[in-house]
Amino acid sequence: MTALLEIRNLKAEIAGKQILNGYDLTVKAGEVHAIMGPNGSGKSTLSYVLSGRPGYNITEGQALLAGADLSQMSVDERAAAGLFLAFQYPLEVPGVATMTFLRAALNAQRKKRGEEEMSSPDLIKRVKEIAKILDMDMEMLRRPVNVGFSGGEKKRAETLQMMLLEPKLCILDETDSGLDIDALKVVSSGVNQLRSKDRGIVVITHYQRLLDYITPDVVHVQSAGRIVRTGGKELALELEETGYANYQSEAA
Amino acid sequence: MAAVQETVEQVRRVGADQYKYGFVTDIESDLAPKGLSEEVIRFISAKKSEPEWMLEWRLEAYRRWLTMTEPNWARVEYPAIDYQDLYYYAAPKSTAGPKSLDEVDPELLRTYEKLGIPLHEREILAGVERPEGEARPRVAVDAVFDSVSVATTFKEELKKAGVIFCPISEALREHPELVRKYLGTVVPTSDNFFATLNSAVFSDGSFVYIPPGVRCPMELSTYFRINEKNTGQFERTLIIADRGSYVSYLEGCTAPKRDENQLHAAVVELVALDDAEIKYSTVQNWYPGDENGKGGIYNFVTKRGDCRGANSKISWTQVETGSAITWKYPSCVLRGENSRGEFYSIAISNGRQQVDSGTKMIHLGKGTTSRIISKGISAGHSSNAYRGLVSAHRKAEGARNFTNCDSLLIGDACSAHTIPYIEAKNQSCVFEHEATTSKISEDVLFYCMQRGLSQEDATALVVNGFVRDVLQQLPMEFAVEAQKLISVSLEGSVG
Ligand SMILES: Nc1ncnc2c1ncn2[C@@H]1O[C@H](COP(=O)(O)OP(=O)(O)OP(=O)(O)O)[C@@H](O)[C@H]1O
Ligand SMILES: [Mg+2]
Repeated sequence: MTALLEIRNLKAEIAGKQILNGYDLTVKAGEVHAIMGPNGSGKSTLSYVLSGRPGYNITEGQALLAGADLSQMSVDERAAAGLFLAFQYPLEVPGVATMTFLRAALNAQRKKRGEEEMSSPDLIKRVKEIAKILDMDMEMLRRPVNVGFSGGEKKRAETLQMMLLEPKLCILDETDSGLDIDALKVVSSGVNQLRSKDRGIVVITHYQRLLDYITPDVVHVQSAGRIVRTGGKELALELEETGYANYQSEAA
Repeated sequence: MAAVQETVEQVRRVGADQYKYGFVTDIESDLAPKGLSEEVIRFISAKKSEPEWMLEWRLEAYRRWLTMTEPNWARVEYPAIDYQDLYYYAAPKSTAGPKSLDEVDPELLRTYEKLGIPLHEREILAGVERPEGEARPRVAVDAVFDSVSVATTFKEELKKAGVIFCPISEALREHPELVRKYLGTVVPTSDNFFATLNSAVFSDGSFVYIPPGVRCPMELSTYFRINEKNTGQFERTLIIADRGSYVSYLEGCTAPKRDENQLHAAVVELVALDDAEIKYSTVQNWYPGDENGKGGIYNFVTKRGDCRGANSKISWTQVETGSAITWKYPSCVLRGENSRGEFYSIAISNGRQQVDSGTKMIHLGKGTTSRIISKGISAGHSSNAYRGLVSAHRKAEGARNFTNCDSLLIGDACSAHTIPYIEAKNQSCVFEHEATTSKISEDVLFYCMQRGLSQEDATALVVNGFVRDVLQQLPMEFAVEAQKLISVSLEGSVG
């Protein structure tokens, strides 16, 4: 069976500076992977390269989503193909009500996949269900996307978008940072609801705390733009003890 | 266009046999000779069976116009207009019209399709001429645009309310005292080059009178009223809201029109008496020309509202996406005590379009207030200037203005300019001005696209967010249309 995400010897640069240095990663459908690693090791860069952010250029290697070469697809095509990135720093879209944004995004994806658009009443119903799981006030969804949201509220809103769009591959870039302990629980339960045999989840995090709630199948350590160690969920616990000191030298 | 659509259907049902009331056939068979002269003006006035004073009024304007020179202070450039090479009355467009949609610019048709306009409507808008035998679409055109048949539909209700809503040529015959009392009192015949020209040669336009204390029972729209095919070029509109009355007036149709008149010089005059309110909304989407700017419309329009009475209010809301060149400054003269003027504007330029637009708020009375919200969006190789004047007269004790001008740039080849003028002759007035210019954020676009929106849809969404404050001022159906229109006019603005 083809892997959901297959990254082979991926090298990528930003503004002429190489950040990813031969990245290898395979995520199969049904798996949850955690990526940990020191600041500046290129975790966010990986998520941007996969989602096609302008300025992030692949110089070597390949990244395949369900067998399809991501580098051949536009940003929105990747999204429609099922790639979702929960941003480390979600952006604000002034003047655009969150509900409007959700409708536009969902229906754009559906249209690209040749599916029927979701009607407004169905959409509102679905969003209400999700908001309830995430303990979010519907009033917030009338406000412009992320504008004036607190850090934690933004992360919740990202999770809500992800749950509505039901992507094949979810990449969560430090979705736990900025969340208080109760928020961490509700967001984790939302993510856990998305766990399924058809879906892959990649969680980028600095803390074991999140992995207490979202139990990973595989844990990777990333350093200086590539994966330097892979293990089971106990690897995260070990890191909590030792930090990254061992890996920084390894990567150098 | 839900409401408009409905009306179109309604009109179509009543339309066919009322067609005989229209003046369409007359106009098509009559032509003034090319060029401008006293004879041509006499011809126009005679054709419309105007009273003597009206002819004099026109001639005076014409003589005045001969002494004037075309203004050149706006940030627009265009080849010189040969005023002797134009028809000032009923240009023979029927001979030049395409015979079928195959002959119409495919770009234009694609736009209609995007706007969701049904096929036969597209033909009408594109000016397709049907041979004699195929009468149906012709009748539909006339039914849609002709005043009399539509008036039939709404006449009863308006009449009950005492509202007068008719072509200005008809008002000159039926209500000469009203027209004479107000015409040219807001925009004098000597006002400016284009307004003076309009005064001399205007062919038709709308006349509205709302009697004291009446709230006009429906939104009035030119779309329902006028056979614009022949009268669009030098349109003249006069709206009077008598004491304590209210009217909301919508100008224009949201579908771009094929139009062979390169030059448009309209005049709109609004008069609000004590405690009256006029809300004037425009969605303008004329042909902007091809990507090189060729063939588009030059829109030089003078729009002015006079808050003549105490506590009166006039608000202009406009969405401008069309024309090759736009030169337009809807203004308010705040004469009445505590009167209020508002200007909400969205001006989008793309391709080679040039827009020089803005407003003037002239505070004359005590306690007058005004508010200006302008959102300019430039894309492609266009240039978009906001030019605004806020002035306070000596007697304008306690006048206040708030101005907010935001410009959004899409791409590197366009430009935006904000040119505010402030003149305060009274110490007690408070004028606030805020302005921002920003480039559309690549990061925000990326964020939207990561959620599945195409680059064009993402751009349109961000732009719609940018103009939200102004969109909210538009009547509901108009706002929805305007939103769609914004997406269409931004097409091709992103690489
Ligand atoms: N536009 C840019 N130009 C040059 N260097 C950049 C640019 N963007 C990111 N970098 C560099 O790329 C490296 C990787 O950054 P990235 O944000 O991917 O790290 P990260 O692993 O996500 O860190 P953190 O844990 O702090 O979120 C950093 O050294 C950063 O300074
Ligand atoms: Mg990061």
